[in-house]
Amino acid sequence: MSYPANYRYTREHEWIEASGKSASVGITDHAQDSLGDIVFVELPKIGAKVEKGKVFGSVESVKAVSDLYSPATGTVTAVNEELTTAPEKINADAHAAWIMKIDLADPSELDSLLTAADYEAYAKEETGH
Amino acid sequence: MSTPASAALRKTALNALHRRLAAKMVDFGGWDMPVEYSGLIAEHMAVRTGVGLFDVSHMGDIQLRGPGSLDAVQHISMNDAARLQVGQAQYSALLYPQGTFVDDVIVHKFSPNDYLLVINAGTREKDYNWVRSQASRFDCHVSDYSDYYTQLAIQGPKSEATLQKLTNADLSQIKFYWFTWGTVCGLPNTLIARTGYTGEDGFEIYVPSDVATSERVWNEVIEAGREFGIVPCGLGARNTLRLEAALSLYGHEISDALNVWEAGLDRFCKLEKGPFLGSEALQQALAAGGPQKRLVGLEMIERGIARDGYRVLSAQGEAIGCVTSGSPAPFLKKNIALAYIPRDLATLDTEVAVEIRNAPVKARVVPIPFYKKPKKQSATAEKQPVQ
Repeated sequence: MSYPANYRYTREHEWIEASGKSASVGITDHAQDSLGDIVFVELPKIGAKVEKGKVFGSVESVKAVSDLYSPATGTVTAVNEELTTAPEKINADAHAAWIMKIDLADPSELDSLLTAADYEAYAKEETGH
Repeated sequence: MSTPASAALRKTALNALHRRLAAKMVDFGGWDMPVEYSGLIAEHMAVRTGVGLFDVSHMGDIQLRGPGSLDAVQHISMNDAARLQVGQAQYSALLYPQGTFVDDVIVHKFSPNDYLLVINAGTREKDYNWVRSQASRFDCHVSDYSDYYTQLAIQGPKSEATLQKLTNADLSQIKFYWFTWGTVCGLPNTLIARTGYTGEDGFEIYVPSDVATSERVWNEVIEAGREFGIVPCGLGARNTLRLEAALSLYGHEISDALNVWEAGLDRFCKLEKGPFLGSEALQQALAAGGPQKRLVGLEMIERGIARDGYRVLSAQGEAIGCVTSGSPAPFLKKNIALAYIPRDLATLDTEVAVEIRNAPVKARVVPIPFYKKPKKQSATAEKQPVQ
């Protein structure tokens, strides 16, 4: 699985794709693979304020719960309601299955996040192979 | 989440094979074990609708032999082993004098002077030491054969058709919770038991634990089951399967702090057989009015998944108990849990809540097991192990 070069990544395994002030957020392919079959996504509410590094929702596999950490500060403008009934779409294509869209408070915040190459190396290290 | 095995973890003979199959490995009670291969849900469904293969070699095997072996088994376990015939097995438990659990076990009667106890992986040393010390005053010899066997569980409605291709034993003649010896994959005198931990029909076979034999048998079972869509299954599916069937797991539904009545395992505890370890305390507990809390099944009404250790709240919001095992149920497609709650609330359809990330999520008390395997048309293999 390749990590899109135009996305930025967190050490908590979220990706963010920004275009100007608006951005989409999801979890990485490495995260979905580690979690296994995803059965539940707790989405934030539209209009909610999210803060960089703070929990904005959760995703659950059969085995485990994993909190979602926002890669940036902003306001939720849309949530992917489809994941409520079809959370397995994250397993099928994690980098396409966005979870929320936000209006960024400060797009320069993304500069401190991991690049695709950095994240890939980080994920490999974490898996140990 | 999938971490490399540390040198300290114990490995079964099939460890290298699991890694070649790219299984996700986890530390399970000190063992480096596969948690899933192709995916937990697919593995779970294969066992409910076809057949799945598990490496359960981490389970322990304690044998008691000698003229006093029956007396020893009767003393250390709560079910009545005197009711067993040769070739029959029973679910039972080793109890402390206070009526709480050392472990749960399956007792197999090999001969009038020869019994095999199959025990849990995480409690192997504790169990063996306990059995040895408690059986010491009986005329019997206690041996730990855990490392001698690779134990494979072939589970699912197509398990008989799969295994039958590999053995001369007539599997259709083995009833649920009975066993026999037969040639399996060319290995003579292999123990074949119609047992399992999935709530489904299935077999457990015990073959020599050298790597070459273990891998050969594993591969032959996979080949035999190919036409039925067999898949290797990990501990993840094993856990969700046993939870749907409401089978207890040591450290969760049963422990050294919970007694037999609380755990609802009354039907496997035979006070009438005479005194045994724990019987006096259990009798006193009954005389004192019985258990104050009970193990119940919960089904989530609202959206949310109960997990091990989550608090159970009353409809009024007060903490009343704790979830021992909770998960999505892949076959039932519901979110289910086992939990201890006060006896007066442990009635069917009582509405409670499970506290999920600081918010109460509605659930109700439902009958257990959550899942019962469909009755077979033939007369065999449909009796539950209630002896």
